[in-house]
Amino acid sequence: MAARGGGWARLCSLLALAALAGLGAEAKNSQDVRCKCICPPYKDRPGHIYNKNVSQKDCDCLHVVEPMPVAGPDVEAYCLRCECKYEERSSITIQVTIIIYLSILGLLLLYMVYLTLVEPILKRRLFGHSQLIQSDEDIGDHQPFANAHDVLARSRSRANVLNKVEYAQQRWKLQVQEQRKSVFDRHVVLS
Amino acid sequence: MVNAGDMNGSGNLMDFLDEPFPDVGTYEDFHTIDWLREKSRDTDRHRKITSKSKESIWEFIKSLLDAWSGWVVMLLIGLLAGTLAGVIDLAVDWMTDLKEGVCLPAFWYSHEQCCWTSNETTFEDRDKCPQWKKWSELLVSQSEGASAYILNYFLYIMWALCFAFLAVSLVRVFAPYACGSGIPEIKTILSGFIIRGYLGKWTLLIKTVTLVLVVSSGLSLGKEGPLVHVACCCGNFFSSLFSKYSKNEGKRREVLSAAAAAGVSVAFGAPIGGVLFSLEEVSYYFPLKTLWRSFFAALVAAFTLRSINPFGNSRLVLFYVEYHTPWYMAELFPFILLGVFGGLWGTLFIRCNIAWCRRRKTTRLGKYPVLEVIVITAITAIIAYPNPYTRRSTSELISELFNDCGALESSQLCDYINDPNMTRPVDDIPDRPAGPGVYTAMWQLALALVFKIVITIFTFGMKIPSGLFIPSMAVGAMAGRMVGIGVEQLAYHHHDWIIFRNWCRPGADCVTPGLYAMVGAAACLGGVTRMTVSLVVIMFELTGGLEYIVPLMAAAVTSKWVADAFGKEGIYEAHIHLNGYPFLDVKDEFTHRTLATDVMRPRRGEAPLSVLTQDSMTVEDVETLIKETDYNGFPVVVSKDSERLIGFAQRRELILAIKNARQRQDGVVSNSIVYFTEDPPELPPNSPHPLKLRRILNLSPFTVTDHTPMETVVDIFRKLGLRQCLVTRSGRLLGIITKKDVLRHMAQMANQDPESIMFN
Repeated sequence: MAARGGGWARLCSLLALAALAGLGAEAKNSQDVRCKCICPPYKDRPGHIYNKNVSQKDCDCLHVVEPMPVAGPDVEAYCLRCECKYEERSSITIQVTIIIYLSILGLLLLYMVYLTLVEPILKRRLFGHSQLIQSDEDIGDHQPFANAHDVLARSRSRANVLNKVEYAQQRWKLQVQEQRKSVFDRHVVLS
Repeated sequence: MVNAGDMNGSGNLMDFLDEPFPDVGTYEDFHTIDWLREKSRDTDRHRKITSKSKESIWEFIKSLLDAWSGWVVMLLIGLLAGTLAGVIDLAVDWMTDLKEGVCLPAFWYSHEQCCWTSNETTFEDRDKCPQWKKWSELLVSQSEGASAYILNYFLYIMWALCFAFLAVSLVRVFAPYACGSGIPEIKTILSGFIIRGYLGKWTLLIKTVTLVLVVSSGLSLGKEGPLVHVACCCGNFFSSLFSKYSKNEGKRREVLSAAAAAGVSVAFGAPIGGVLFSLEEVSYYFPLKTLWRSFFAALVAAFTLRSINPFGNSRLVLFYVEYHTPWYMAELFPFILLGVFGGLWGTLFIRCNIAWCRRRKTTRLGKYPVLEVIVITAITAIIAYPNPYTRRSTSELISELFNDCGALESSQLCDYINDPNMTRPVDDIPDRPAGPGVYTAMWQLALALVFKIVITIFTFGMKIPSGLFIPSMAVGAMAGRMVGIGVEQLAYHHHDWIIFRNWCRPGADCVTPGLYAMVGAAACLGGVTRMTVSLVVIMFELTGGLEYIVPLMAAAVTSKWVADAFGKEGIYEAHIHLNGYPFLDVKDEFTHRTLATDVMRPRRGEAPLSVLTQDSMTVEDVETLIKETDYNGFPVVVSKDSERLIGFAQRRELILAIKNARQRQDGVVSNSIVYFTEDPPELPPNSPHPLKLRRILNLSPFTVTDHTPMETVVDIFRKLGLRQCLVTRSGRLLGIITKKDVLRHMAQMANQDPESIMFN
């Protein structure tokens, strides 16, 4: 049922799925783990945050707070007030996800611009003014896919692959137009 | 979604692109399915497979595959829903921060991720680092000052408008069904209604992409409801790959119930809450088999989301709080007050939102959807930027409000006056007096509360994907936190009052304002959606605090009671009524004393019932009858004199059967007799070949007598999922009751407008 763009975007998302699934087994980038210790103000020392790249069992105040701001006996009291947390992230996942999302968004925008602006101009130039005798309900219909009826009627005669794809695309356009009429114009569904 | 035929391997790719041939057994758009027929078809299919499985090994393997296909579908749904939720979370995180600045070395990092490896973060400003540049720094190289502020403000508004405009354009051009929350329509679909395209692939794609855009634009909406829609689209997609589910609308709805559970599970990180939500709110029929499968799908989805790990700390949701301070019995009083607030707010929201949506539906406001979205986004961005509590994303706000103030927090909300000689460990800080930061935070929160209450009424229901769980929780959390801080300060400054003396000694940590925020959030969410058990389970799965079940329950119960005192409907039922969907709610009670004869058609003075006779009508008569009326089906009687009922024939199947017969069978002309019996009737010689239509006749239509009370009739419709029911007296057909008639009658009895029921 998907039109061309939808099928391609489907493929992209499946690729993303595969990529993200494979990322689980990747070796962790050393920059992607840290132990973060937050120490509040103590006596006259200001509060400070310490980050260090250590493993989870070494993630405590004594290993991470490197230039220890207090002297010997106070260290225990200072460390008792610090809170250390071990955090992990996957920078590759973030990068891949954002880039895939932006590419899908960019493709959709391009397709949208093509459908709303470029295609009517192309069709008008290719088929001339005679084909634009619209039916009554399309008069004033400046929405995308306004000429879907015409193309459907024309392409029913030939039956090769490219025409089948175009036929499927025109059928999709008609469906979207129907949906748009119910939702935006007649407010029948989804007030 | 259009039934693309049997996609289970047979046929080539080009068949996939062809228009599907509507065969007998599929349903038209905006019609209700016949649950009994779907159930019997599934039983037939199962019996056939079981009997064939004894024939050979291959058939046995096929029967095993058939049995396991349900679990495979659940697994796939969980994987895809979890992945999409992870993608949405990561992208929202990044795009929200894009309004304020950009991370120069790697543009794909959000603010927090950008400063992750930096050593320049300070205790006061946790997110400061040189790699993150605000827009004013990039454009005019200034980061402080009036001109920088104005430039940042302006760019914030521009980005918000850009995102919202992109979202509404994409929805309008590609998938108009992707707007709104989706839950009212999914409830209707699960009760048996067909909306083709609502759960299609384009709707899935556009809803995912635009959901990120609208949440990032700073509008007062959430992503939980739309995630349920996304998960159900995944469910529909995977169920169309297996013929067991693609050909049977009843079985497909079992898969959709489980998919809805997976959707809530990834939205909140609450698998059990998701299953209960699906059971309580979304599903219509929920057999026990679906319970176990939903749980499986929810778990797989939660596990997939966890392994994508969007938040960098192995938690599923942003709101995970870790404190375990106890609460006291005397605090139940403010909790119940918060429950009352939640109920009142829920009523106010439902009434105002429905009024606004009705206005959008009926007046000229509805003609400018794109302009409406842009105006609301502009207003939201302009008012939200100055207040630091509305400038950030709502999830971050809720997370901060749920957090308890230890010694480590540096936000304004935790600006308490600390005792410098205090040596307590981190999580046992006693109550302290509020510093000036807390007072500032209080009035900022009050302004934010009023703003959120007002703007959410106008935001929910616009032509973009919008959910309302997060805004309701934000409203409740803000109110709860303010009440909590009030109680805390009251307990600190007046610890010698009788109420506080027993449980709150000075120097002890009595009051946890974060808990009040949680209770407030639960109360408001319950007041709007009228969830009960699922709300409590979601809240304690969100926060991990099993100790807090009693306050959460108290608030949820109170808010539901208060809200139910003003109106019985939650927001989703109210939207279903607004749209006129044929949804027969299982929760409504019908207690009037009307009889079936009061509701059936035809009424006194109306034209008599259009019936088909067993063997005395011609093809032309039947076609005329179909053309002149628009009923969905016709009863078949023995003859016009003795109106004894034989069965019921559906309109769609009559049309298809006659069309088929005219094309395929020889000798069938307009004068051919149509017969529904086993053997053809006695015909004079030289008459044209008769047409046997017994195949499409339902020989066991449901009948009630005319004195059956309507209470029983409504119960039958509800429990069996009927579409129509015939009324007889001593075997003679009197009339028909359709689901639309039942709904109209119920609306009339409840003094609502019976003409608002639109669909059949």
